[in-house]
Amino acid sequence: MRYLPLTADDRQQMLGVIGAKSIDDLFVDVPEAARIDHAFDLPPHQGELEVERALSAMAAKNVSAGTVPFFVGAGAYKHHVPATVDHLIQRSEFLTSYTPYQPEISQGTLQYLFEFQTQVALLTGMEVANASMYDGSTACSEAVQMAHRVTRRTKAVLSGNLHPHYRAVIETNSRFAGDAVVALEANVTGTEDLAAQIDGETSCVVVQYPDFFGNIQDLSAIAAAAHEQGALLIVAIPEIVSMGALRAPGEMGADIVVAEGQSIGNPLNFGGPYVGLFATRQKYVRQMPGRLAGETVDVDGRRGYVLTLSTREQHIRREKATSNICTNSGLCCLAFTIHLSLLGEQGFTRLAALNHESACKLAGDLEQVAGVDVLTQAFFNEFTIRTPKPAVEVIDALAEKGVLGGVPASRLMPGNEAVRDLIIVAATEVNTDADRAAYKAALAEVLS
Amino acid sequence: MSNKQTHTGHRGLVYEEALIFERGRDGACGVDLPEPEGVTPRLNGMARKGAIGLPGLSEPEVMRHFVRLSQKNYSIDAGFYPLGSCTMKHNPRLNEKMARLPGFADVHPLQPQSTVPGALELMSELGRWLMELTGMPAVAMSPKAGAHGELCGLMAIRAALEARGEADTRTRVLVPESAHGTNPATAAACGFSVDAIPATEDGRVDLAAFEAKLGEDVAGIMLTNPNTCGLFERDIRKIADAVHDAGGYFYCDGANFNAIVGRVKPGDLGVDAMHINLHKTFSTPHGGGGPGAGPVVLSDALAPFAPLPYVVKEGDKLRLIEDEAASDADPFGRMVAFHGQMGMFVRALSYMMSHGSDGLRQVAEDAVLNANYVLASLKDVMSASFEGPCMHEALFDDRFLKGTGVETLDFAKAMIDEGYHPMTVYFPLVVHGAMLIEPTETESKSTLDVFIGCMRELTRAAKAGETERFTNAPELTPRRRLDETAAARKPILRWTPPAPAQAAE
Repeated sequence: MRYLPLTADDRQQMLGVIGAKSIDDLFVDVPEAARIDHAFDLPPHQGELEVERALSAMAAKNVSAGTVPFFVGAGAYKHHVPATVDHLIQRSEFLTSYTPYQPEISQGTLQYLFEFQTQVALLTGMEVANASMYDGSTACSEAVQMAHRVTRRTKAVLSGNLHPHYRAVIETNSRFAGDAVVALEANVTGTEDLAAQIDGETSCVVVQYPDFFGNIQDLSAIAAAAHEQGALLIVAIPEIVSMGALRAPGEMGADIVVAEGQSIGNPLNFGGPYVGLFATRQKYVRQMPGRLAGETVDVDGRRGYVLTLSTREQHIRREKATSNICTNSGLCCLAFTIHLSLLGEQGFTRLAALNHESACKLAGDLEQVAGVDVLTQAFFNEFTIRTPKPAVEVIDALAEKGVLGGVPASRLMPGNEAVRDLIIVAATEVNTDADRAAYKAALAEVLS
Repeated sequence: MSNKQTHTGHRGLVYEEALIFERGRDGACGVDLPEPEGVTPRLNGMARKGAIGLPGLSEPEVMRHFVRLSQKNYSIDAGFYPLGSCTMKHNPRLNEKMARLPGFADVHPLQPQSTVPGALELMSELGRWLMELTGMPAVAMSPKAGAHGELCGLMAIRAALEARGEADTRTRVLVPESAHGTNPATAAACGFSVDAIPATEDGRVDLAAFEAKLGEDVAGIMLTNPNTCGLFERDIRKIADAVHDAGGYFYCDGANFNAIVGRVKPGDLGVDAMHINLHKTFSTPHGGGGPGAGPVVLSDALAPFAPLPYVVKEGDKLRLIEDEAASDADPFGRMVAFHGQMGMFVRALSYMMSHGSDGLRQVAEDAVLNANYVLASLKDVMSASFEGPCMHEALFDDRFLKGTGVETLDFAKAMIDEGYHPMTVYFPLVVHGAMLIEPTETESKSTLDVFIGCMRELTRAAKAGETERFTNAPELTPRRRLDETAAARKPILRWTPPAPAQAAE
């Protein structure tokens, strides 16, 4: 019990001070029938060596991304994270601090949150950003709920090329909140007619950029169509690195931009923890969910930071709050902010260029494999291919050859026959020429 | 802090630190990336034009910036954090090491399932521990934090009511006044109306008021146990039975599970759904606000509605069920894009295995013992809100400060000058000027003794009229009291570049 400092003597002395005969006296309020005296069907405590051995054995059964040619994306991406990032986030004063409710002794956390908010606003081309959400999908769903508050309408129109899991999260939350969702069919060419779905009841239109299949499109027209009907445009960006190469949604009329920030500073982690980015226009700031750090001064007039506008939040407004969440992804935003600070303007845009180049090269390579079509015309670091065999079979066969070749669209859109043969392929700066050659060769073999 | 002026603005080892936007400049970069080769782009006219506005810094500059920021933070590794309801306990570094194993950290959620059997095994094993410790038959792993777990539980309740054809008629959720703000916010987010239940004089749910509110439109009750006053709800079994008899469900907020883990199985109390803050009960560093993780254990009645995805055993193999078509049950939907907070799952299991069945029971006993020791050692000078015993946290209020000119907040700020993170203040709302102290099980008796001595001295000083020691506090911190009103009135939420200097006319 190396984590528990009290000794048997301590416990006796403390019980004496309390005036209790035994520890059981302190549990008198628990109904007797509910007090457990028997052992649980669980092992007793183990030393560090044993725990490490058992968990390492479990971890070793997984194929980790760094050990194979790796092209899996669809909302989470394998990037290189500089060593400095993990070192800094493990500093005790960041790692083991709490929510900065006492600002005088939390200026470190509050200042990096303020820097994070600024970075997110800059990347998305928006005016303000919050101090992060759980992940991209929940941020997207919160954006829909926010649009309902802003417009006082409850019908959301979703692009068919929104990540199917983002769509599912929105549908779950909307269903229980009693709101309506209109979702289009997936459309691999990215040519759906979203504007036709918008009417005077529509609160918001949600589009993904680049979309689920990798397409990039000018969002100005859909923004104009939404605004004409009094609806908001919500743009979801599952790969934030794309903002180093593409026009920002803020420049194209977006009202709320949400993103998955995992790509900057955070490992894949089998799906979490991640960091949701949330940015909007200044005029909607009091409708924004989540936590906000703001600048102010102390009694000596020195610049400092506090959590602010908390009257929107659950601990004050209770059932009228802008969201029920009371936390953010603090440490993940710190990783994001450190990594982006290391990159700076030059590094971030170069990283994006390398990602795009890696994907262009891969698309060129895979196009040469007999029977394979690259379906996405304009893309960032992810595109869709059609194979002559069902995509699930192809991906499984590739995995057996030691190549993780992407995500079968059917895994995320079960039952949709139109996507049966589609694979969504992502390339990033970590992929080498040898990785691409291995993918091409393995794919040719699998399809032969 | 002394008012001595320095040339740099630094004060000894406490450095002033500008924003990265003020430190950086064009052209500097903290990473060495290869030059792109210049293939023909396929961006179709969507290429970004113009700069983003990110500052450039070298690696050593970034290192120093964030190290200096870190030095302005209080942390559990540096000192005692008696923050009630937040459970700030020791974070073993073994957990960090395990979570960073490439087999867990460097695995993609959408890799073929055949390439991640160890990850599924970890989820399944963690689920087994949670079900055994709570005595509940099912668990939903994906909720990302405690409040998200609450939402999961209420959605499961709503889905069960839908299945019974009563979703349109059972629309009211009972929530005690002392509940966390997330409870009513969650009920509202799930489409329910919220009906508050008052507390009794002894800090528990008023049973008569609760029973009077039961009816055919009640979907359920959300109860925190041990509650936010640090007390065990003695009538919990009666409450569970009454809400069940009335056709509703019992949601238990399990944020305070560390007070009873290994001593009480919530399943024996009639709970239908309960979230467990893995980060609080089984330790994950709070990281300045998150991330957390909030798996939800479910009763037989609610288990079929658990959200996607979830792990099932098929023979000796584990499979992740990701869509409704593949599910034998009736999942209410999906709450997150992927599978939940894997990083926290690893940390929690590492912590559980280190404690084992025997150690987890000791966790609850020591958490409760420490809290009662603080209560017993301070109740003659501070005003305890309720008669003991308490569970894992001790609640005081501001009656002992009456007439001193010192408010709860001042008292808290004075603790900062003494090297302590203040306790939770002004919560729960059911007592005036609340001070909620939670020592947790990882504090030693000697730490508590020094803390108790400090609290007794501050109490003496307040009563002796040494008011300025409180109202001017904190004085020894990187910043003194900050103007929160100004921050809210004219919010400045981001850095903006200074306007270019105007040419003189």
